[in-house]
Amino acid sequence: MTATDPKVLPVASQGKPKQRLGDIIFSRTSLISGSAILAILAAVAIFLVGQSLPAFVADPEDLIGSPASFGDYVWPLVFGTLWSATLALVMALPLAVGIALFISHYAPRRLAQILGYIVDLLAAVPSVVFGLWGIGVLAPAVLPAYTWLAENLGWIPLFAPPVSGTGRTILTAAIVLGVMILPVMTAICREIFIQTPVLHEEAALALGATRWEMITMAVLPFGRPGIISGAMLGLGRALGETMAVAMVLSATGVITINLVSSTNPSTIAANIALSFPEAYGINVNLLIATGLILFVITLIVNSIARYIVNRRKDFSGAN
Amino acid sequence: MTATVVQTGITNSLTQGQLHPRTPWVILGLSLAAAGGIVSLIASAVSSEFSLVGAIALGALFYLVSIVVISRLVEGSRKATDRFVTALVTGAFIIAMAPLVSLLFTVVVNGSARFDVEFFTSSMRNVVGEGGGAAHAIVGTLLMTGTAAIISIPIGLFTAIYLVEYGRGPLARAITFFVDVMTGIPSIVAGLFAFALFAIFFGPGVRMGFAGAIALAVLMIPVVVRSCEEMLRVVPNELREASYALGVPKWLTILNVVLPTSAAGIATGIMLSIARVIGETAPLLIVAGFTASMNYNLFAERMQSLPVFVFTSYSNQGVDTQAYLDRAWAGALTLILIVMLLNLVARIIARAFAPKLGR
Repeated sequence: MTATDPKVLPVASQGKPKQRLGDIIFSRTSLISGSAILAILAAVAIFLVGQSLPAFVADPEDLIGSPASFGDYVWPLVFGTLWSATLALVMALPLAVGIALFISHYAPRRLAQILGYIVDLLAAVPSVVFGLWGIGVLAPAVLPAYTWLAENLGWIPLFAPPVSGTGRTILTAAIVLGVMILPVMTAICREIFIQTPVLHEEAALALGATRWEMITMAVLPFGRPGIISGAMLGLGRALGETMAVAMVLSATGVITINLVSSTNPSTIAANIALSFPEAYGINVNLLIATGLILFVITLIVNSIARYIVNRRKDFSGAN
Repeated sequence: MTATVVQTGITNSLTQGQLHPRTPWVILGLSLAAAGGIVSLIASAVSSEFSLVGAIALGALFYLVSIVVISRLVEGSRKATDRFVTALVTGAFIIAMAPLVSLLFTVVVNGSARFDVEFFTSSMRNVVGEGGGAAHAIVGTLLMTGTAAIISIPIGLFTAIYLVEYGRGPLARAITFFVDVMTGIPSIVAGLFAFALFAIFFGPGVRMGFAGAIALAVLMIPVVVRSCEEMLRVVPNELREASYALGVPKWLTILNVVLPTSAAGIATGIMLSIARVIGETAPLLIVAGFTASMNYNLFAERMQSLPVFVFTSYSNQGVDTQAYLDRAWAGALTLILIVMLLNLVARIIARAFAPKLGR
């Protein structure tokens, strides 16, 4: 082919930049690194699937606590995971939006950045420390409130007596989870609230709106995707959080929506952390299988969150 | 003289029908004082202890009601709603601060009991009851976190370079998306992955420090990529173009222009990512296990780490419960100090060496 048009070749090669060895090495290295991430993620999925396959086909008699079937073992854990994460989200979302608004629109400018750092400090506290705090401080502190709830609102299934004697219920675990997911949700809400077009805000104020009316008219409609994706990311964190739940919750593996009793459903992550050190044989595969289910749940939640974030190219989303 | 008299005499129509800026603070003080009085009265009536939390909560409620009522009377309903929301939003922030303050206070108070020289110099080998320390856990944490950093910093940095300097098209989009997804991997799943990987080569029941480092690296890579990518994107394009115009090849431009400009930001991001993984417990509990002895070898035997030390001290309390609890809290204090220090240094680097963008 090249021999047929000798006139074109010199011109084309002249316009082409010289390929240097350093350039090739550098671009290949970065390409390989980028691809390595995809490979790692694929490897995570493949190894988890490979190691959990034996659990799906095993005789249920051999599994931990010999349940009637694989599903009977997993279902209470899935329920507990979703239930505690939902509770945490319900408690943390209004707070996170409030804090983000406080930092972006209420606090004085100079103070706002420092306040942002302080909220970020919450994110820096390791989860095992949250666990210690949950048992040592929070559980005894909320116990009187639980007793009161069970005595006075016991007719609501959520607060049906008998009340737990230690305060280590799923509601306590959810409060700890809520505190832990607060920083990530606040960070995302704050970032998008700050990016509200100043002209929209000033237009609202110029028309005589109060600060709150300005927020409902300009900031919240603009920030809605940020709030939604922040909530989803927080939910993802809460679903996968392990140590705080493992330490705070005293679990019995039942399905109940009761928030204050001593019988609580466990969560997938906490159950793995507590059972894994003593597990052997097929039970290791069983625990990995539950981990795979957790992986899939968080993957779905996070993908939805990222999809919402990425639809708006104006802001980067993750902290 | 006359001018000032005239000024004070005229009622300003702009500020009419508004509360004085200081009025809310006066109301806040009055409500807190009233709530304090009521709570202490109740406390003395039923002879129980004075509850500070109850007083503040009641005071906040008083303030909320009175500011709305007063504002509605003086300023109208729209302003009243605004004041109500302002109080709520400020309250949300204070509520969020409560756990942080309580947590730091508890950790410092309980942790200082065993925060001594012995804690940092001895391991838990042959220790039952009092004494002993977390030297083996600190060494383990440093070894595993260091290895994770050595693995993930090059991969993360080069991926960020790929995304910013080279990446176009579907592959770059896929990498961006999956890095975001990877940030959401639960830490315990990363631990299970490392276990599943190493169980293939070393058989079931494998526990080693290197596997823990791999698990930490899986958690660390996406954080490094995100922060480095953000920092590289901040580098102004004019700098790159100036370099190209001088005939500098692309890779030297990246090496000598782009990376030095964003070095401070990259250092900050890396320190923050280390701070994130150094407190991870779950994956290390699974793949590195726990032990009472010192272990310097990443490739054999179980290896203790500081977070796992805190957890096991709490969950496997021996005969002398208090000694184990004290060690757990001291470990928690050490962990928080390390993380806070990393955060602080990162912020200082970011602030001190931030690139001047000429604006």
